[in-house]
Amino acid sequence: MSLLTIAFTLLFYCATALLIIGLAVRIRLYAKTPVPLRIPTTPAPLTGAGVVGRMFFEVTLFRSLFKASKWTWIFGWLFHAALLLVLLRHLRYFTDPVWSWVVLVQPLGAYGAFVMLAGLGGLWARRFLVDRVRYISAPSDHLMLALLIAIGATGLGMKYVAATDIVALKAFFLGLMYFDWQPIPTDVMLLLHLSLVAVLMIIFPFSKLLHAPGVFFSPTRNQIDNPREKRHLPTRNAHSISQAKQT
Amino acid sequence: MADFDTPALKPYPVIPPIEIGVMAHSKPYVAKPEIQQKIGFPGELVDNWQQVAIDKMGELVDNSRALRVFLDSCVKCGACTDKCHYYLGTSDPNNMPVARQDLFRSVYRRHYTLAGKYFPGLVGARELDQEMLDDWYSYFHQCSQCRRCSVYCPYGIDTAEISMAAREIMDTIGIGQKYCNEIIGKAQTIGNNLGLPQPALLDTLEGLEEDIEEETGVTVRLPLDQHGADILLVTPSADFFAEPHVDGLIGYAKVFHQAGLSWTISSHASEAANFGMFIGSYDNMQILAQRIREAALELGVKRIVFGECGHAWRVAYNFLNTLAGPFDFLDPNYPLPQHICEVTYDLLQRNALRMDKSANDDKVLTFHDSCNVARASRMGDFEGGQFVIPRAVIQASCNHFYDMPAHATKEATFCCGGGGGLLTDDLVELRVKGSLPRMEALKQAVDDYGVTHMAAICAICKSQFSKILPYYGFEMDQVVSVHQLVSNAIQLGGEH
Repeated sequence: MSLLTIAFTLLFYCATALLIIGLAVRIRLYAKTPVPLRIPTTPAPLTGAGVVGRMFFEVTLFRSLFKASKWTWIFGWLFHAALLLVLLRHLRYFTDPVWSWVVLVQPLGAYGAFVMLAGLGGLWARRFLVDRVRYISAPSDHLMLALLIAIGATGLGMKYVAATDIVALKAFFLGLMYFDWQPIPTDVMLLLHLSLVAVLMIIFPFSKLLHAPGVFFSPTRNQIDNPREKRHLPTRNAHSISQAKQT
Repeated sequence: MADFDTPALKPYPVIPPIEIGVMAHSKPYVAKPEIQQKIGFPGELVDNWQQVAIDKMGELVDNSRALRVFLDSCVKCGACTDKCHYYLGTSDPNNMPVARQDLFRSVYRRHYTLAGKYFPGLVGARELDQEMLDDWYSYFHQCSQCRRCSVYCPYGIDTAEISMAAREIMDTIGIGQKYCNEIIGKAQTIGNNLGLPQPALLDTLEGLEEDIEEETGVTVRLPLDQHGADILLVTPSADFFAEPHVDGLIGYAKVFHQAGLSWTISSHASEAANFGMFIGSYDNMQILAQRIREAALELGVKRIVFGECGHAWRVAYNFLNTLAGPFDFLDPNYPLPQHICEVTYDLLQRNALRMDKSANDDKVLTFHDSCNVARASRMGDFEGGQFVIPRAVIQASCNHFYDMPAHATKEATFCCGGGGGLLTDDLVELRVKGSLPRMEALKQAVDDYGVTHMAAICAICKSQFSKILPYYGFEMDQVVSVHQLVSNAIQLGGEH
């Protein structure tokens, strides 16, 4: 096995482990952190089913963002929806035989990459053109967009400019999954694409990409508005804050 | 008067370009040592304040899922940047909610995240140095905890939570805000924010009884510390003397009187507002909440009703049950607590009150949704009742009512500019500028519908508007209490 194959094999095992373990640790921390008080942003649903509905529209349609800024919503939603399509399209590299619905998604996913880049471009443009957004942007905010655009561009590059051996690539990934390691194709565009994806996986649990699990844990969005009907019990870590004073 | 220009009212909302640092000078007076110590904080800046602050930050994040998730999740999308009334009124970019949060988040990143520890420049992580502490003191006292940003954030990040945490950290190292902390001390020892002792309260309430009798010929009681009453009324202490608050209190009394409800005010818990929330102090908030429980037990009441007060209603509606509950000794047939608007609304629904709307025909009204009623609590048993019920009470009391534009009402309402512990004269520039979006919306309603008065259901809103309306060319008495309108319209005595 070539050194390159060994390097990428290790890289993807490490990246996957960091992504999964990193996210699991963070999600566990979110779940275990106390919620001392009831703080839903109202009007809020009065029932659990209502909260599920609120979260559904928040996560699938970015309802709050829609209320806030139509431009950011259009670019942001297009990017995320297209990213989902592109990810689904990539499932064909990890399943054999390819699931029939993944086959159906293939043509859509190809357009998805262009939409994704357009969305990212719009979001990045805002960071330069809107003075308020420019003020709040750190270097990491620009780099994150650059990284995602580079991933999309190298992906498109393989489809339209320098095709790679996708049969061999699929063998490589299936080999990773079944511990039957296969050589990786050596096209530069592919190696670049995969390296960038690995970087994204590694920084995911340590960056603002934590908004993905975070949104589900946001108390202002996921709490039921029923404090008078159901007493919210004070849940606080006893070690750090003095306990409720008895009268 | 402080040296600043009142912003011009524009015919339509404009998002101003940023002007860096223009409000950095805005700082409230720092609390004196005795004020700090009275409510459990160090009297002055502690020696190793940086370490104490960083430790406290960790403790707070460990104890609040909201804080932890909010600090991690912000992607700097900019959705909130044009939503804060203080940004719209001052143009200072640190008054954009995300930038305000970043004053806190950058320190959190420096000390509590991998990226911030090793690549501070890359992710905008910063040390909590003297300069940063100055920015904290300035800009975390330019947030009224109104939650407007949290409506628009795709992750529901609520800057109020971060402002509260920052203020608690500053208190912990000995840097407190005079206005809030002095008031908390008074409320904890005397029972109300104004420091009115029982005899003064009694005197005031008797005076009001005389006024009502003189004006209407009907004896309407305003009982104090009456054992065995059914209802304990907890109302902001401004209702006892300030205009137009006191007219609201008279309105509550007339409603109770006409409905035949037995009620009392307590001198022990003669304050609805809970300033413990403003400084993010769970313990201080709890001490104040416990006084209400103690008063209810002592007087043997069956129900607790809150007067017109915005942040107070948030603490009452959402926190009281947690902080001082369970209230299983009260009548379970009534919500705990109830808002006075809910009480009046229910009576109106049952035709238990006779109203002469023409009594308010000298006014054309609009309604200012108080931020913490709108976005941090509810009235009634249906979603959005906090918008419907006060309007229904107003419309039952007058013939001429018009809403302000939709971008400034209901869940999108703008803070009055003085909420969250900022209602102090040392912040008058901030208060005037921060009320700009509300004043523009009011101006539009005045121009479009000939509105003459704006009704409010919050003691802070009423005080704030009385003060700042003249800056924008309005009269100070153009703000009225919702129950002042009820008071004018309600028909006392006779069959009902």
